[in-house]
Amino acid sequence: MQEFLTYSIYGTAFFLMLLGLYAVLMKKNLVKIVIGLTVLDSGLNLLFVAVGYISGGTAPIFSPAVVGKHVIMTDPVPQALVLTAIVIGFGVTAVALALVVRLYRKHNTTNIDEIKNLKW
Amino acid sequence: MTNIEIILTIVSLVLLIIAGFFAVLKKDLIHAVVATSVISLVLSLMFYLLQAPDVALTEAAIGIALSTIIFIITVRNTKRFEDK
Amino acid sequence: MKKVVVIGSLGVIVYYLLSAFVAIPFGADIIKGVKEFYLQKSPDDLKVANVVTSIVVNFRGFDTLGEVTVLFLASTALGSILYHRRSQHSGLNPQRTSVEASAIVQTGAKIIFPFTVILGAYIFIHGHLTPGGGFQGGAIIATGFLLMLISYRKFFIKHNALTWIEAIAGSTFVILGLFGLIYAKNHDFLENFLPAGKLNDLLSGGIIGIIYIAVGFKVGAEITGILDTLLTVKETGLDPEEN
Repeated sequence: MQEFLTYSIYGTAFFLMLLGLYAVLMKKNLVKIVIGLTVLDSGLNLLFVAVGYISGGTAPIFSPAVVGKHVIMTDPVPQALVLTAIVIGFGVTAVALALVVRLYRKHNTTNIDEIKNLKW
Repeated sequence: MTNIEIILTIVSLVLLIIAGFFAVLKKDLIHAVVATSVISLVLSLMFYLLQAPDVALTEAAIGIALSTIIFIITVRNTKRFEDK
Repeated sequence: MKKVVVIGSLGVIVYYLLSAFVAIPFGADIIKGVKEFYLQKSPDDLKVANVVTSIVVNFRGFDTLGEVTVLFLASTALGSILYHRRSQHSGLNPQRTSVEASAIVQTGAKIIFPFTVILGAYIFIHGHLTPGGGFQGGAIIATGFLLMLISYRKFFIKHNALTWIEAIAGSTFVILGLFGLIYAKNHDFLENFLPAGKLNDLLSGGIIGIIYIAVGFKVGAEITGILDTLLTVKETGLDPEEN
């Protein structure tokens, strides 16, 4: 069971990252590229939190029911990192979408092939 | 993890994969944005099952509500369909 | 052709990453890091029940200051990217939507709005006791303002007020950190210098509660500013002045 959960959870997280990277690399639509970035973020966050999980552990909060007893607690460090990452990801998404709106106003399209300056 | 948690985890993982496919492959951008919102919703449940309530709350507030609304505003101001 | 190359290289990258991560089995307690130190020091010395809060605000407080700065920069960048001239003939602000929301939506929004703000305030005031904190509470408050912004065409946010809230909250964060340099035991930036109190008490944790309240106000103001800027984008796509 342990092995199955390991492979399924890590596999899903990596699958989401793969899908996001695929969208960023292959899609022509600018909004789709930003959607790919958020999907990539989601997979990465799931991977981080899953690495910090300890089986049988409780959330790292010393509530009155837990104080004084010997309990296993999950790793709080990845949780703090992911908390930061989600908030920063929101800022990145907002700025990227503002750039999309700006490009649309200038070129009247969201397809990167039609915007000659972005061709590679 | 108890049995019910394992079942919920597996259902969530399947939902995550389906929603990920929808988000990347749908041509209608509103549908794709709603699929990213579903990813955030299921991910929030996953974080709660993995004993990270702080992260679950952040994902619920930012991922489901605010990210979705800024995507929808952008799609409203640009084109709705991804042309082939 | 490009598709095959991209999928193949992504597959190779993911295969090697996955084989590296499988060495950390799910649920096994094999990562020996700073976890034990944080889990032991947070309730004993700082008297903060929520360990994630104490990591975010105290142990990695400088990082959180940078995070708040990144959000501030995002809000400023949005304002400068999506600027629009105020129309000459009418002095009014640009309208957000072309149609008014229905009476049911407006009444519902008016009833829900105060409770949303109270929930957000509850979450960031109790950030050191229960799950949640400044970022979550601020985001929930911004959701309440979003509800009002999309239901009422005439609901305008005063940008001067947002600027002042951000300025006061950010200064509170930095000044509390600088007080730590003078009054705290080890003279470190953002070190706790107030009495720690009792575990699971509302007035515990010293400066951590105060800083999270400041972060809550700042994040709420910043995200509200971001949403307001994005919502007042002109609906007509092409701007004739830019071509």
